[in-house]
Amino acid sequence: MAHHDHAHDDHAHDHDHEHHGPEKGIMRWIKTTNHKDLGTLYLFFAFTMFFIGGLMSLVIRAELFHPGLQFVDPEFFNQMTTMHALVMIFGGVMPAWVGLANWMVPMMIGCSDLALPRINNWGFWILPFAFTMLLGTLFMEGGSPAGGWTMYPPLVLQTGNAFPFLIFAVHLMGISSITGAINVAVTILNMRAPGMSLLKMPLFVWTWLITAYLLIAVMPVLAGAVTMLLTDKYFLTSFFTAAGGGDPVMFQHIFWFFGHPEVYILILPAFGIVSTIIPTFARKALFGYDSMVYAVASIAFLSFIVWAHHMFTVGMPLAGELFFMFATMLIAVPTGVKVFNWVATMWKGSMTFESPMLFALAFVFLFTIGGFSGLMLAITPVDFQYHDTYFVVAHFHYVLVPGAVFAILAGVYYWIPKWTGRMYSEKWGKIHFWLSAIFINITFFPQHFAGLAGMQRRVPDYAVQFVDWNVWSTIGAFGFFLAQFIFIINMLACCYGWFGRKQGLPDRVWEGAHGLEWTVPSPAPYHTFEEPPVVSDNELTAAHDSVDALDHHKLS
Amino acid sequence: YTETSGGYNLPTGVTDLSKEVHSLHMLIFWICVAIGTVVFGLMIYSIINHRRSKGHKPADFHESTTVEILWTAAPFLILIGMAIPAAGTLIKMEDTRNADMTVKITGYQWKWEYEYIGEDVKFFSTLAAESNAARQHDGNGLLSGAAWAKTFSKDELEKLKKVDGGNYLVNVDNELVLPVGKKVRFLVTSNDVIHAWWVPEIAVKKDAIPGYVNETWAKINTPGVYRGVCAELCGRDHGFMPIVVRALPEAEYQAWLAKQKGGEAAAAAPAAAAPVEVAAAATTATDAAPAAAPVEVAAAPAAAAPAAPAAAKDLSKDELMKKGEQVYTANCSACHQPTGKGLPPNFPSLVGSKIVKGAAVDHIKQTLNGKGMMPPFKHLSDLDVAAVVTYQRNSWGNSSGVVQPAAVAAAR
Amino acid sequence: MADHATPNPDRYFVPAPSAWPFALTVALVAILGGVSSYLEDKHIGPLPIYAGGALLVYILFRWFRGVALESEGGFYGAQVDRTYRWSMAWFIFSEVMFFGAFFGALYYARHLSLPWLGGEGSKIETNLQLWPGFENAWPTNGPAKLNGDFDTIPAFDVPFVNTLLLLTSGVTLTFAHHALKAGKRTQTILWMWATVALGCAFLFLQAEEYMHAYGDLNLKLASGIYGSTFFMLTGFHGMHVTLGTIMLLVITLRLMSGHFKPDSHFGFEGVAWYWHFVDVVWIGLFIVVYWL
Ligand code: HEA
Ligand code: HEA
Ligand code: CUA
Ligand SMILES: [Cu+2]
Repeated sequence: MAHHDHAHDDHAHDHDHEHHGPEKGIMRWIKTTNHKDLGTLYLFFAFTMFFIGGLMSLVIRAELFHPGLQFVDPEFFNQMTTMHALVMIFGGVMPAWVGLANWMVPMMIGCSDLALPRINNWGFWILPFAFTMLLGTLFMEGGSPAGGWTMYPPLVLQTGNAFPFLIFAVHLMGISSITGAINVAVTILNMRAPGMSLLKMPLFVWTWLITAYLLIAVMPVLAGAVTMLLTDKYFLTSFFTAAGGGDPVMFQHIFWFFGHPEVYILILPAFGIVSTIIPTFARKALFGYDSMVYAVASIAFLSFIVWAHHMFTVGMPLAGELFFMFATMLIAVPTGVKVFNWVATMWKGSMTFESPMLFALAFVFLFTIGGFSGLMLAITPVDFQYHDTYFVVAHFHYVLVPGAVFAILAGVYYWIPKWTGRMYSEKWGKIHFWLSAIFINITFFPQHFAGLAGMQRRVPDYAVQFVDWNVWSTIGAFGFFLAQFIFIINMLACCYGWFGRKQGLPDRVWEGAHGLEWTVPSPAPYHTFEEPPVVSDNELTAAHDSVDALDHHKLS
Repeated sequence: YTETSGGYNLPTGVTDLSKEVHSLHMLIFWICVAIGTVVFGLMIYSIINHRRSKGHKPADFHESTTVEILWTAAPFLILIGMAIPAAGTLIKMEDTRNADMTVKITGYQWKWEYEYIGEDVKFFSTLAAESNAARQHDGNGLLSGAAWAKTFSKDELEKLKKVDGGNYLVNVDNELVLPVGKKVRFLVTSNDVIHAWWVPEIAVKKDAIPGYVNETWAKINTPGVYRGVCAELCGRDHGFMPIVVRALPEAEYQAWLAKQKGGEAAAAAPAAAAPVEVAAAATTATDAAPAAAPVEVAAAPAAAAPAAPAAAKDLSKDELMKKGEQVYTANCSACHQPTGKGLPPNFPSLVGSKIVKGAAVDHIKQTLNGKGMMPPFKHLSDLDVAAVVTYQRNSWGNSSGVVQPAAVAAAR
Repeated sequence: MADHATPNPDRYFVPAPSAWPFALTVALVAILGGVSSYLEDKHIGPLPIYAGGALLVYILFRWFRGVALESEGGFYGAQVDRTYRWSMAWFIFSEVMFFGAFFGALYYARHLSLPWLGGEGSKIETNLQLWPGFENAWPTNGPAKLNGDFDTIPAFDVPFVNTLLLLTSGVTLTFAHHALKAGKRTQTILWMWATVALGCAFLFLQAEEYMHAYGDLNLKLASGIYGSTFFMLTGFHGMHVTLGTIMLLVITLRLMSGHFKPDSHFGFEGVAWYWHFVDVVWIGLFIVVYWL
């Protein structure tokens, strides 16, 4: 043990390995290796980004309220759409999922922390820097990137000084996602409590395991793609230039090889959350646990072979178009299995409708609508008409906002009592739900019609016949945005005990809830399972055929 | 783009294939509605009846291999039912063989060029002047009360609704004229970034990829005017590069084509420098389509009128400046801005720039040949180029003298 | 202070709060900001790059040293060991996908875009209208003959020697591993030095080859799609070899200062995995970049 003392110098000098608590002040957050601290940081970061991305979407919607250019220059408009999407996807939804995984995965599988706590800290702290870099480009000469979040060359190569910052910001986000994903995957594979076999894990854990796999597989591909953009612009390579033997469309293939799995990265954890919440409030075991797992795995597999459905109009050979059409349509099968299983879980349950359940139910309705429009887009000859219109915009906002974002909201409502030990206001939760659900449909449903009637995407101004749809859409967007303030106040009140909210909730906050996280106190202690817990059948999502487990799922 | 407003669905269109596409769209839509009705129906039934407040006790089933297989297989079969007709239509759409004629379409930031292969007819098509004037941004920010007032103003909206005869942003100076009943093959490509050529009523959307040529086709059944837009983000003015296809009966089309060639011949003759495009627009508007929106007629002659006498003699600075401003607004201001200040770094400022201050011949050459992202403007007449160069050299505080058409002719 | 740092290998090791990750991010962002400004000709000078680089090296040194000492101090139980195994495996998988993007680009160019430019398949008009006379061939700098004529590096020349060097290094590394498992430390260290030497030799030859390409063959990054794929693939591989060699060196030094036990030496194995990965990528490169 000659080197033991050095260990103290480097890491171990000022604390107790067994019981170190948080440091004080800002340094607590900068240096923390605790999964709950980092989960909180991730969630606050995501929230901030949702807010910024939401403000950008309001700029977009304000300009589109009526035809004519009222507020912003077309170039700035394009910067807004581009940044809106990048901020929402990479800054909002993805960090929110990592935040939820940070908080919940260790508590759900019964381990002390994530597998690599320091890397976890690194993965988080990259994000604020990366987004400072990205958002900073708004103040640069030539403005921020304006080539769309898809960054297609040659257009994106016309970006001004912002260009290298865009590329490096994407690299940094990639590093963050990969480290986060490795961490979660390894935690799940290596650190489950005894008795928590793979096919007994909660579905949120399952979906995150597969999400992590997708992230590790495709984020490096995105990094490769943007690296080629960088060298094409500054080092005269010609990956995407026909004159040198390359092809601009090659970028699109590489990008969407990342991009399509990416959209499932955004939605799979949502499936997990919904599969957790519906059984709780239906007071009935999840229907078809095994098939749920297989469905998620099939979706992940298929997600790698459908990418070119974003590129039906680029002039692919016929065989390619047919293949990608058929493969894309297939995804409806496993996704359908999931939807049917959720409905079957509700069927003959004993349902109550607290805020998490309301958001989960709205998810099932509205995500399915988004899925249907996705299926329509998959039909190549018709996609020629839909492509790059507001029909596509409507499709992906249905799966992203009342899909991914609603599931995040549901998850936060569901677990915030466990995190803070205080209950949110159910009344305001319900008001928030109804305002959100109504306004989101006012925002995005009319966009289907605008798109079908011929309104193309990514324009600051449009022909006069689309005005009615756009008026509705803008009204809805402002309403939805404002409604989120109810949510944030409601949540902060739990965090800080505003309005006299007291701690003192039971361990099992929701009577129908199962899972290890409900066996620890509310709020959960800083270190949860330093010794692996005993996993009783009662806490498993997968009821399998154990009669005992079933009895516990019934309400006495 | 139907000429009427308030559409909410895909147009059925005017080709056999556009009709097929439309029915495919409706078929899939109704299948989704049907599945949705069943799924949502069951869900709503359950939400209403299986709730605790009604005293419903939870059942304890949680698995059934039979139903799982059933609801895996059923959607699968439905999908096969969709895939077969879809594949059939797709195969037809991709079959560009045996075309009667070919038009090459080239995208530029931000206009289209049409070339009738084998006919020696070639011209540019840009956003119509009236729309172009109406769409200018008046520089107000988000915090400006004036902008908000404008946004909520009914009058502003009514004004826009009248622009270009109800075709605000979907009207062009030179239309693509095609015959009905002929299989027209389109070769789509681009000169700079990716664009996409889309006309909903003929169900054609094809990306224009720089360095590659994509093929597609249409056979239009009904004469008429069909409007479309650029459908791939191509930079600042992506929203402002519309497409107008005018389908004419064969005989009228042939007459139009002959005029085009005549125009070309006239342009080649040294004395008459009337630009082809202007002639094209004028003929289209007056001869071929008497019933067309009046604006088109108004826009074209405005540009055409001073053109005819121009080339013969030297022009005064005032004449050149006046003409130059028009040419500038139509061709240059999108990038270099009405203020001449451009949008650096991509679109350089013309105020006191090297080129503008330097030798006239370099200025003319850059205008004709383009540079970097700037497209060539060879297609403009000597007069137009002279006028716009003069305009640039004597506006916004620049004062670098007058350029005559003869100098342009010499520099070509 | 010794009393509260008792290693407890039965319990999963959760490290204390640490400022290294945050500082590492600062260093990284300083470098990237500096490089961005340089690329866009905004003269903020090279200071951020150098300062960031120095900071980066310092932090990595301290961080990894701390990890090594924790490991030697017995803080890591079997479960932590498995964590590192899984993590390294996933990390290498992500690297494979990164290279996959560039291999994919090469495949696309050779089997899709170049034939199309040459007029094959549905893209006959591409050739007729835009690139008349261009014939699909490999190697090529494209229809516009970007950067002029160039020569390529024959596979069975230096690249073949490099293949042999890397393959041999894989063998010497395996010998080192067996020696370590057998508890023969001196042998282990010798085999490790041999491996490091082979890595350095590879890098030396590769650098020579690049100079030859740029100086004599007119083969450059700008030489169309051939130059692009050639230099990006071999270049990123070379960077990985550099990193791998540094890692091997670090392991060798750790072996010399008595680290690792015959039955527990994941630091060693992780680096060995990485080295084999770099090796396999090279085989792929040798076949599709140099040979075919
Ligand atoms: C969370 C994100 C998410 C999700 C889950 C999906 C899900 C799907 N998406 Fe979507 N998509 C996006 C995000 C997402 N998409 C984004 C961001 C874009 C645009 C990117 C850009 O261009 O900027 C896009 C664009 C996009 C396109 C390209 C459109 C174009 O640009 O022309 C296509 C085309 O095929 C498509 C298809 C699908 C399909 C088939 C699904 C399927 O997974 C849906 C499956 C679900 C169902 C079908 C409903 C439930 C099923 C049943 C009830 C069973 C029975 C049903 C039937 C048999 C019909 N999507
Ligand atoms: C996850 C992704 C996401 C989300 C959430 C949104 C949200 C919204 N989007 Fe966006 N959008 C995209 C992804 C997203 N969008 C993408 C990819 C594009 C394509 C860009 C391109 O063309 O390149 C696009 C483009 C796009 C357009 C088309 C622009 C164009 O083509 O010109 C429009 C226009 O209306 C629009 C509007 C909106 C509106 C009104 C919202 C509103 O819903 C915004 C209000 C939302 C909030 C305020 C967030 C609320 C969330 C919370 C409160 C969660 C709390 C969380 C925690 C506690 C952690 N978006
Ligand atoms: Cu051209 Cu969009
Ligand atoms: Cu997709």
